[in-house]
Amino acid sequence: MSAPNSSYDPVEVTALRSDEIERMRDEALAAIAAADTLEALKQVRIDHVGDRSPIALANREIGALQPQARKEAGQRVGQARGAINQALAAKIAAVEAAEEERALVTEAVDVTLPWDLTPVGARHPVTTLSEHIADVFVAMGWEIAEGPEVEAEWLNFDALNLGPDHPARTMQDTFWVTPEKAAMVLRTHTSPVQARTMLTRTPPIYIACPGRVFRTDELDATHSPVFHQVEGLAIDEGLSMAHLKGTLDHFAQAIYGDGMTTRFRPSYFPFTEPSAEMDLLCYVCHNEPDEVGSCRTCKGEGWVEWGGCGVVNPRVLIACGIDPERYSGFAFGIGIDRTITSRYDIADLRDLFDGDIRFTEPFGVEL
Amino acid sequence: MRVPVSWLRQYVDLPADLSTADLAARLTAFDLKLEEIVSSGISGPLVVGRVLSLVKEEQKNGKMINWCRVDVGPHNDPSVPDAPGEDVPSRGIICGAHNFVEGDLVVVSLPGTVLPALGFEISARKTYGHVSDGMICSSAELGLAGDASGIIVLEAGQGQPGDSAIELLGLGEEVLDLEVNPDRAYALSLRGVARDAAIAFGVPFHDPAELDAETVATEGPGAYPVVVEDPTASPVFAALTVTGIDPSRPTPAWLAQRIELAGMRSISLAVDVTNYVMLELGFPIHGYDRALLKGPLVVRRATAGEKLTTLDGVTRTLTEADALVTDDRGPVGLGGVMGGEEVEMTPTTTDVVVEAAVWTAPMIARTARTQRLSSEAAKRNERGVDPTLPARAVRRVADLLVEHGGGTLEPGLTLLGTPPVPADIALHADLPARITGVEIDTVTAVEALEANGCEVSVDHDWLSVTPPPWRSDLTDPYDVVEEVLRVVGYDRVPSLVPVAPAGRGLTFAQKLRRRAGYVLAGEGLIEVKTFPFAGPADWDRLGLDADDDRRRQVLLENPLSAEEPGLTTTLLSGLLRSLVLNVGRGHADVHLTETGRVFLPQTGSVEAPIYGVDRRPTTEELSALDAALPRQPHHIGVVMSGERIRSGWYGAGRRAEWGDAIAVVRHLAAALHVEVDVQQAQLQPWHPGRCAALVLDGVTIGHAGELHPKVLKAYGLPPRVVAAEVDLDALIAAAPEVGPRPEFSSFPVAKEDLAFVVDASVAAGDLERALVTASPLIESARLFDVYTGDQVPEGKKSLAFALRLRAPDRTLTEDDIRTAREAAVSAASEATNATLRT
Ligand SMILES: [Zn+2]
Repeated sequence: MSAPNSSYDPVEVTALRSDEIERMRDEALAAIAAADTLEALKQVRIDHVGDRSPIALANREIGALQPQARKEAGQRVGQARGAINQALAAKIAAVEAAEEERALVTEAVDVTLPWDLTPVGARHPVTTLSEHIADVFVAMGWEIAEGPEVEAEWLNFDALNLGPDHPARTMQDTFWVTPEKAAMVLRTHTSPVQARTMLTRTPPIYIACPGRVFRTDELDATHSPVFHQVEGLAIDEGLSMAHLKGTLDHFAQAIYGDGMTTRFRPSYFPFTEPSAEMDLLCYVCHNEPDEVGSCRTCKGEGWVEWGGCGVVNPRVLIACGIDPERYSGFAFGIGIDRTITSRYDIADLRDLFDGDIRFTEPFGVEL
Repeated sequence: MRVPVSWLRQYVDLPADLSTADLAARLTAFDLKLEEIVSSGISGPLVVGRVLSLVKEEQKNGKMINWCRVDVGPHNDPSVPDAPGEDVPSRGIICGAHNFVEGDLVVVSLPGTVLPALGFEISARKTYGHVSDGMICSSAELGLAGDASGIIVLEAGQGQPGDSAIELLGLGEEVLDLEVNPDRAYALSLRGVARDAAIAFGVPFHDPAELDAETVATEGPGAYPVVVEDPTASPVFAALTVTGIDPSRPTPAWLAQRIELAGMRSISLAVDVTNYVMLELGFPIHGYDRALLKGPLVVRRATAGEKLTTLDGVTRTLTEADALVTDDRGPVGLGGVMGGEEVEMTPTTTDVVVEAAVWTAPMIARTARTQRLSSEAAKRNERGVDPTLPARAVRRVADLLVEHGGGTLEPGLTLLGTPPVPADIALHADLPARITGVEIDTVTAVEALEANGCEVSVDHDWLSVTPPPWRSDLTDPYDVVEEVLRVVGYDRVPSLVPVAPAGRGLTFAQKLRRRAGYVLAGEGLIEVKTFPFAGPADWDRLGLDADDDRRRQVLLENPLSAEEPGLTTTLLSGLLRSLVLNVGRGHADVHLTETGRVFLPQTGSVEAPIYGVDRRPTTEELSALDAALPRQPHHIGVVMSGERIRSGWYGAGRRAEWGDAIAVVRHLAAALHVEVDVQQAQLQPWHPGRCAALVLDGVTIGHAGELHPKVLKAYGLPPRVVAAEVDLDALIAAAPEVGPRPEFSSFPVAKEDLAFVVDASVAAGDLERALVTASPLIESARLFDVYTGDQVPEGKKSLAFALRLRAPDRTLTEDDIRTAREAAVSAASEATNATLRT
């Protein structure tokens, strides 16, 4: 801080005295420190750095000084002003931050309040299990085939080695379309889709056919006139029952997890020969000696019934225009609804079809 | 087929210590699947007792009881002297039945006996003021058929007091209930099951059909005259006569017990014996009361419309496909299915003509089906019997009638025709291995077939197989493979995953159907699966006009319910039923969807052709099959009730409204990249003023909106339910394989708001369409206000649109904007007579 230059000019401006500038600065800084709100700081700005503030007025006096003295006085005022502005800006930032902080606190909500304005949808497990099964076979290079539900009698029966007088025809309690001579039925299985595929394509054929089928069973806890199954068909050179077993074992593992396997028991289906019932290793006790005895799912058997299968009867191949001398194949079928009721321990099959939203909801959009 | 184990053991030397469960498991592995092991479940001291004395005591309630002293031999209990009368060893038992007297032999369950029919263990208990030290049993309490009105009174001499009644009454018997597949006709007999058991266990088999009998026709009074006019109906026919049967002779207890354990009712000696032999040999036999026959028996086909009353009392109208046995009066039996009422054996029959005939299997199957008559005889005849048996079967029956009925076998055997000879089956020796994937050599295959009764000759790499006469199901090489595998063991099949050629994955339509499923779930809809059955009651509830096309349905010959005689034409029938169920169960906000087929019949009568199966039908023939089928498109149905946006602590929600139903379809279409037009429409069951037609390329593919209040009333549903139904197949058919490429301009947007005054009847959609197509510069037009009221004239409304204008290649000038705006106004005027609101 330098002394005024009195050798030149006896004129002395009080307001520009350094002690006076310092006082103004200190007063301003004190006011800034005292102000707690943006409102107060706005007033501080007006009072201490505004157009009519002492320091602004002092600045105007600089012109009255001698040229030699102006520079020094200007510097003095400028420094004081800088210090005030800096302090002011810092204080404003601090107050703003504090206010923002306060606002966030007051804006806090109870996030456990329910926010369920829009309903959540779900897909039926018959749909999603069918898709899941389809994915398993598609991953093996198979394709998914479909066909009509009202089907020609010839495709539902005759083409599958179920001639008009075959005793097995009466085993499949069939819905017949009116009039009977229309020769149409509600398909009793998805096998006509297999026939359709064999009739229109040449081997190799590897297809799975999921779909809705019909039998004249009265609806009760374990029977339904409408149900769903998936059938598989493979026709190629050199296929045997061993390939059928391999496919089903793979399928069982894809649906029920590693270590699953199937077993065959002899049976009879007109469209396969040899035919087999297929049992699935119990997915609850895995036929483990210390668990199987008390297992409710398989009733101590270690195995649960899963479906039917066999080697495609050459008579079916002939009816569908495939040379049985060159090609052989296998077919299988399982019930989708029963897979769901057993896997999810659903006692009443009717739950699948009466449409109560509480049945479908827990399944979400994928199993 | 019910097989009493003790009866089975008569024909096969099974190990004495073989358990019934192990026997059943082995037979199951042999394709005779166990359904269940039936047994009485009775255990404990069930014994024969003699009633020494009975004292009748009237109770306060007026009921009369018997206070009995019963001698149960070694089971008498001197320490319990609570018996009436003299103090001799006995037990005191209270009995409420009155069909017995002192001295009768009865069946007593002593304390500790378990009777499953009662569900508890018998114990000594105080009743009617006495201690009843056991119970005198009725047939029902022992789970037996028979007179349930009183207790069982045994024949004198049937046993001694203290004998086990479990053995006496066959209550210790275990019965295998086996599921017999249609190809194993032979297993509908003890003979057949015993033979399989013998193969399965490698033990000797004793064929009950091996008996000393004439097998060529002989003259004599017993050879009843028979004329087979149609050998295609009955290729072999045998008859023997037994006279002088004493009708008072009862069926021997062991025989009655066997047929009852096998599931048939004991009726009379003559009837029981025919049934017994049928069960034993698998060959249905018919007995005629010779006194009632008039003239020779004739086998012929029925004439169309011919009538016969069968012994079940049903008068049947026959066709030319049915076989008849007639005498001089006309039909006396429906060949191979059921006898006629008029010549039925009765309790006074003394002379019996025993018939055993081979009937053509498919003919029997057809008769049984058309007559809806599945008799024990038809069940065996339609599957095919052993055609070499008739002479022996009639002889077996005759022998039993002579032995137990005191009859006389009349000399002479009627035997017409010769059994068909099964055709040899030739197969390559490696076929069993090739088809099963199991290493099976020729020796193994031949041994397995011979065990089954086949004759096999080997010529280099070829096998020639002659099936036994009881295996008419063995006709093809693959049938032979199954027989071999059955013996080798299905558990020997290895596991090999086949390698399919590279697949194409899901089809486009399959992918889109999945996509639609996810979109619907995303819309908050719950998928349901309903039954596609419906009928006039549904159409009435839906308010469909009498001539509405949707009333025309694919009808069923045999619907489960008369209320639902056919297949549905709309998914709403099932969805609304599910909605009713949900509302009834207290759910207020319900949003349901279903994807499934509807069934739209062809016009006129159509018949699907039936082709042969010896070749592939031609492509034209296959098209004819499809052409006959009804149209079965996949639809998507949606119903919504209650709140679409839920009310909550945050404030009021919003009910599902007509627009929500349309929005679902719009979103669905957008997800499939298909543009669907929404047009004002009227269609039941929708509200006439709140129904939209969903139009795709000029074709209506569905409807959406609010349902008609009358429909909701008919269903008992709350008001304002909304619904949509759309043809999913049509949407998928219109969907592009690849979605549109994004196209947008990065030049600045200009916004123009335009309010128009139009007639109240003008559809906002029409005006919107006019605006967006008015100029290429108009990017979009969004309706933001609809106003009716004082500011616009009566009968008019104001529609205000926010237009966004933009050019692909430049910033718009004032001129551009003005031109576009003018184009919009004049397009609006042209399309809807709209005037700009000032
Ligand atoms: Zn288990």
